[in-house]
Amino acid sequence: MIATLGATNPFFVNLDQIFVLLRNWLVGFLPAVLRQAAGVLLGVIAIVCVFPGLFALTTVFERKGLGRIQNRIGPNRVGPYGLLQPIADGIKSLTKEDIVPLRANAAVHFLAPLVLVVTVFMGFAVLPMGRNMVLVDMDAGLLFFFAMGAATELSVFMAGWSSRNKYSLLGAMRAVAQMISYEVVLLLSSVAVVMITGSLSLPKIVAAQNQYTGVFPHWYIFTPWGLAGFLMYAIAATAETNRSPFDLPEGESELVAGYHTEYSGFKFALFFLGEYLAMFSISGLGTTLFLGGWSAPFSFLAWVPSWFWFFGKVMLSIFVFIWMRGTLPRLRQDQLMNFAWKFVLPFTLLNLLVTALWRFMGEGWARWVVCSAVLIAAYVVMGRLEMRSEHFGRRRYRYAE
Amino acid sequence: MLGDGILKGMAETARNFFGSFVSAERLTTVEYPEQRIPTAESARVFPFLVYDSKSPGDGADWLAGMRCVACQICEKECPPKCIYIEKSPDKKPDYVGKQQFYPARFDIDVSVCMSCQICVEVCPFEAIKMDTQFELATEDRFGGLLYDRKELSRSNEYYHSIHPTEATEVDARLAEEKAKLEAKAKAAAEAAAAKAAAAANPAPTSGGGS
Amino acid sequence: MRTLSPIFYLLAALTLAGGLATVLLKQLVHCALAVTVAFAGLALLFLQLDAQFAGFAQILVYIGAVAILIVFAILLTHGSDLPKAGVFSKTWALGLVIAAGVFAVLGWAVLASVRAIPQQNTVPTVTVHDIGNALVGRYVLPLEIVALLLTAATIGAVIVAMHEKERPR
Repeated sequence: MIATLGATNPFFVNLDQIFVLLRNWLVGFLPAVLRQAAGVLLGVIAIVCVFPGLFALTTVFERKGLGRIQNRIGPNRVGPYGLLQPIADGIKSLTKEDIVPLRANAAVHFLAPLVLVVTVFMGFAVLPMGRNMVLVDMDAGLLFFFAMGAATELSVFMAGWSSRNKYSLLGAMRAVAQMISYEVVLLLSSVAVVMITGSLSLPKIVAAQNQYTGVFPHWYIFTPWGLAGFLMYAIAATAETNRSPFDLPEGESELVAGYHTEYSGFKFALFFLGEYLAMFSISGLGTTLFLGGWSAPFSFLAWVPSWFWFFGKVMLSIFVFIWMRGTLPRLRQDQLMNFAWKFVLPFTLLNLLVTALWRFMGEGWARWVVCSAVLIAAYVVMGRLEMRSEHFGRRRYRYAE
Repeated sequence: MLGDGILKGMAETARNFFGSFVSAERLTTVEYPEQRIPTAESARVFPFLVYDSKSPGDGADWLAGMRCVACQICEKECPPKCIYIEKSPDKKPDYVGKQQFYPARFDIDVSVCMSCQICVEVCPFEAIKMDTQFELATEDRFGGLLYDRKELSRSNEYYHSIHPTEATEVDARLAEEKAKLEAKAKAAAEAAAAKAAAAANPAPTSGGGS
Repeated sequence: MRTLSPIFYLLAALTLAGGLATVLLKQLVHCALAVTVAFAGLALLFLQLDAQFAGFAQILVYIGAVAILIVFAILLTHGSDLPKAGVFSKTWALGLVIAAGVFAVLGWAVLASVRAIPQQNTVPTVTVHDIGNALVGRYVLPLEIVALLLTAATIGAVIVAMHEKERPR
C-alpha cells in the first residue's frame, strides 16, 4: 500500500522532483542528440559539488561533536560557531609544501591518492538519492559499488609501498588486511537484502522498502534478519573506512599516520577527502539497503521530499560514526581480525540462513518469533564464547624458524 | 552479554554531548583570552617591590615609601643571580622613622628569574614579594624583560589585592614591630625623664610619693 | 570482416600495454600494478560487450582480491629484490616458440567457436537473474565443485597456519 497522504499534492511532488525538473529544463536547451550525455554530465557535476561540500561540513561537525563529547568546545574562531573552519583547512592544505621523499617511487606516490578519490567517486554513481535521482540505473548496481570499494584497497597499498617507509608499509599492510577481511562481511550482509528483494539493482531495493502497512514502513531494518544484517554491515563499514575503533592503520600514536605518513599538503587533503567520501558512500549504501533509502519513516510524512530523507539518514549515520569515534578505544590488529573472522563472519553466515528461513516461512507472526529466537540465541552463545577469559598459564615462547 | 559495555559507553558520551549544552560541569572550557580563570592566592610569577603610600592610588611617593633598604641579601641569595642592586649614597626615613639606605638601582632580569621565591623568604624587611601577572610578553627580548626599580614598585594596596591573607599578616607584623619600638622608645624616654627628674631633685630620705 | 568499434581498439591497446608492462618492467611491484591495469582493461572489455555482471565481478575479484594477493605474496617473500641474473631468461627463443604454439591453439579455439555459433543481429541481454538461474540450474555441478575447491583451500590454509602454533619450546 503506497502512502498517498499529501504526497500527491502537486507542490510537494514538484519539490520532491525539483532536481530532476531542473536538469530536464537545463538539458532542454541542447539538441536532442546531446541530451542524454548532458544530463549525465549535470548529474556528475552535482555529485562532485554536493559531496565535497558535505565533507567540509562534516569535518567541522566532527570536530565540534567530538569536542562536546570530550567536555570541550570544538573550533569556534573561524566564522560563527567555527563553521568556516573547512575554508581555513582548505587554504592550509593547498598552500602547504608538497614533500615527496627522495627515495620514494614518484609515479606510484602520485597516483595513489588519485586512484582513491576516483574509485570512491565512482561509487556514488549508483546510489539512489531520491525518487528518480540515481545517476546510472544499473542492473548489477550493488556489484558495481562493491567493485569500486575493492579497488580502493589497491590505492591504500600503493600509498604505503611507494613511500619507502617501514611505518607506511606496515600501516598499509594492516589496512589492506583489515579491509579485505571486512569486505567479506560487508558483501555477505548485503546478500541477505538481495535474497529478499530478488535484484541487485539499488532503485529496486528502495522501491521494495517503500511500502507501508498502516503507518509503519517496510524497511529491512525492522525485521530480525535486517537488524542483525544492519549491525554487521555497520561494523564492517566502520572497518572498511578505517574509522574508530578500527583505525589502527592510521592511529597516530602507533604508526605516525600509517600509510599516509609521507603525504603532505594537497595529497593528504585528497586522502582525507577520500576517506570521508568513502564514509558517505558506504553510509549511503547502508541507508539504501537497510534503512529504506529515500522513503519516509511514516506514511503520513511522505510529503517531505525524498532527497531530504536520504541525506538526513546519511547524516544520521555520520553522526553515529562520530559518536562511536568519541566513545570507543582503538582495537588492536589481532583483536580486530579475530573479531572479524571468529564472530562477525559466522554470525553473518547464520544471518543468511535466517533470511532464507524468513523467506520460506511465509507471512505471519511465526517467522518473526522463530527468526528472532535463532538470532538472539546465536548472539548470546557466540558472545559467551568470545568473552571466555584467556587461559593464563606458563608463558610459552614461539621462536622464528 | 557481549556489547553491553559499548552501549553503556555510548550512553555516557551521549550524556556528555547533550549535557555540554546545558550544564557547566560538562563543558569545562575557559575561552582564553576572553575569559580567565582567577589565579589562586598563592600563585607566584615574578617579584615586585612593596611601597607604603600615604595617599594610595597616587603612586607619586613610591620612592619615599619603598620598604627596601638595599641590604643586598636577596641579591646574594638569588640562585640564578638575576637581581642587581646599587646602594644609595644617602639615607631616607623608613616606616618607623629610622634613617635607612635605599636602592639607587634595583634591576631584576625576569628572563632569568625562576620564580623560586627565595628572595621573598630571606628579605628581613618585607620589601620584596611575588606578583601574579603572567601576560608579560614583549617584542624586546633583552631590554623589555629587564625591570628597573620603578617598574618593580607596587603599592601595599596592590599587595593586599593579590595576596590578602599574606598582606594582612605582614601588616600586622610590621605594626607589632612598630608598636614594640614605640613602647621601647616610650619606656626609654620615661626612664630618661625619671633619671633627669631624680638628678634634678635630690631624693628626700623618707618615702614620700614621687 | 566486421569492423570493431574504436573503443574496443582503445581498450585492447590498454590491456595489451598492461600485459607488456607486466613482463617488461624491472620493479616487481610495478609489474603487479601493471597486471592490475591489464585486469581493468579486461573488465572494461566485458563492459563494452554489455556483460555487466562479468565486468563488475572481474573488477571485484581480480583487482580487489587477486591483485592484492599477488602484492602480498611479493612483499612477504622478499620479491622486491632484483634477481641477479636479470629479468630475461636465457632460453627466450624456446619460450617464444611455446608461447606462439599456445596462442595458435587458443586462437583456433576462439575462431572455431565463433564460426559454430549462428550470427545474431541483436545482442542478447543477460540479466543477473538469468545468471543466477543458470548457476543453480544447468551449471550447479561446476558451482559445487568450485565450492569444494574453496573449502579445501581454506582448510589447507588453516592447517598450514596452525602448524606453527603447535610447537612451543
